[in-house]
Amino acid sequence: MKSKLLLPMEVTMSNNNPLQPIPCEILNVKKESTHEWTFRVASDADVDHGQFMQLSIPKVGEVPISVSGQGDGWLDFTIRSVGKVTNVIFEKEAGDTLFLRGPYGHGWPVDEFKGKHLVVITGGTGLAPVRSMVNLCADNPKTVKDLTLISGFKNEDGIVFQNELDKWKEHDHFSTTYALDNDEKEGWSTGLVTTFVKDIPFDTFGDDYAVVVVGPPIMMKFTGLELLKNGVPEEKIWMSFERKMSCAIGKCGHCRIDETYVCLDGPVFPYTKARYLVD
Amino acid sequence: MGYSLNPDQTAELLNRLAEDYRIYAPKRFPKQGRYSDTDIIRYDRIQTPDEIVWDQKSDYPAKEVISPIQQALFYFTEDEYRESKKAKKPVLLLARPCDITAQLVQEKIYAENGGFKDLYYDRVHNKVKFAVMDCGGGDDTCFCVSMGSNKPENYSLAFKFDENGLKAEVSDDCFADYFDGMPEDDFTPEFVEENELKVTIPDLSDRDVRLALKSHPMWKEFDKRCISCGSCTVACSTCTCFTTRDICYGDNPEVGERRRVTASCQVAGFDQMAGQREIRSTAGDRMRYKILHKFHDHKARFGDRHMCVGCGRCTHMCPEFISISATVNKMADAVDEIKASLADGGNHVE
Repeated sequence: MKSKLLLPMEVTMSNNNPLQPIPCEILNVKKESTHEWTFRVASDADVDHGQFMQLSIPKVGEVPISVSGQGDGWLDFTIRSVGKVTNVIFEKEAGDTLFLRGPYGHGWPVDEFKGKHLVVITGGTGLAPVRSMVNLCADNPKTVKDLTLISGFKNEDGIVFQNELDKWKEHDHFSTTYALDNDEKEGWSTGLVTTFVKDIPFDTFGDDYAVVVVGPPIMMKFTGLELLKNGVPEEKIWMSFERKMSCAIGKCGHCRIDETYVCLDGPVFPYTKARYLVD
Repeated sequence: MGYSLNPDQTAELLNRLAEDYRIYAPKRFPKQGRYSDTDIIRYDRIQTPDEIVWDQKSDYPAKEVISPIQQALFYFTEDEYRESKKAKKPVLLLARPCDITAQLVQEKIYAENGGFKDLYYDRVHNKVKFAVMDCGGGDDTCFCVSMGSNKPENYSLAFKFDENGLKAEVSDDCFADYFDGMPEDDFTPEFVEENELKVTIPDLSDRDVRLALKSHPMWKEFDKRCISCGSCTVACSTCTCFTTRDICYGDNPEVGERRRVTASCQVAGFDQMAGQREIRSTAGDRMRYKILHKFHDHKARFGDRHMCVGCGRCTHMCPEFISISATVNKMADAVDEIKASLADGGNHVE
């Protein structure tokens, strides 16, 4: 990974240490909601859609975070302040330093999705790991035939990427359903994402589609079952997992499920595998 | 080439070796045991032959020499950071057959998994030569023969200590010079051919059997019995899990380090992410996770061997007297029951 060293930082390091964190400059911070902010960080890392990186603050700790967007010389990380490290990251502002290493894992099989009808179902911040792929489809309408997006959030305060949600809603190739779990909001539906699965026009897709599901474990479990109930074969479904990790390179053991390491073999899994991963 | 050394010659040999190697072996730490007036035996650097405990199994495994309980990865100061430094002098590690075989498991994870080579493991492991120590058959918790770890392949020297000194075999020529002038003798190491304890590893290749096993009531027993202390994994010859932990030095928050600390899947919080519920929230779930890793998952991924060498240290260290061999045998019974039920056309055993 090439990244510019931001500070006049003295680094003494072997050239083959996969745990080496690279100091990178925070370019800007966008507050999506009270507890979910997007940090844009200077980085030349070559990231596949759906991959993640290890973010750290020296003397505080290191956390795995999905890349939620990417562009020329920058990466976005949409972070929820829920723990020791993320709380300190929230004290940072443009011009400060975040340490990065990665990217890691397997992202979305975008080539396999190309030219198909793509269905994306997300719960809460689960939108972050698919955001860059959805934007790819929005910016290059020939990527997929069309995109059905169902995004659910717990409540209004949990909504992330509001501008993009609005933009996608107007997109010719997109069909969107946005929902809050219990609350009402103008132009939005109310209910869990699973309740909207039956409205997806699978019968018009023929055999030519793929479904992507990301969200909390319980949401993914029931969405998977609901998709099967609606006749979607398990080989057309893809999910992205989130697990505790210390190393992201298959050593620390925290993310292992059976013989699978989420950091190496995931975080994106075909449902044919994901369905049988029992922690 | 074989040798037979008296105690003085043994001391002389160790002196010669110590010029070029840091020598590690099982060592007694008096009064440091878990109960009052008991000792602990663990691997540490030794200077003289009488420090080597050769007639008793150590409480803790040899892996600690290569992947210590905790180690610094990086040191941070205000605006600079650096990698922790490696030791320059190579290591001669006097270890039991099971401990040497266990390194095959450590290698798979630290040096191979995912194509990433862990620098901190590799830089020590590369500098280690093994001397296999004769094991008189172990004790009543050992089942190395069942696990195929009784005859290690990768060693440079074979040592058999007794009251009269040392018998040795040199299988790596780079050690030949250290034996210059020492009395030659016929000696070839012997390995344990049979343990008192035998363990049957059930065939878990069938996914339906595994899924049924995961929800089998046998694991619930551990909810009451296991206290999730993690003693078993710390004492394990093969366990590799760790957590990365950053710290600041007490009197100067500008300076600190990123370190790696041994972690245990048996301790609450191992799988818990910030702001989320624990995934395996009971002792039974955690025990099931460990046992299936040891006796199915690791081999399913890497193909060559199970992640247990049958050293029995976990059984020794368990404050609740949970026996790993009894647990595996119990699992074998559960698997037989599940297979019979599935063959019967019945549903998964609940």
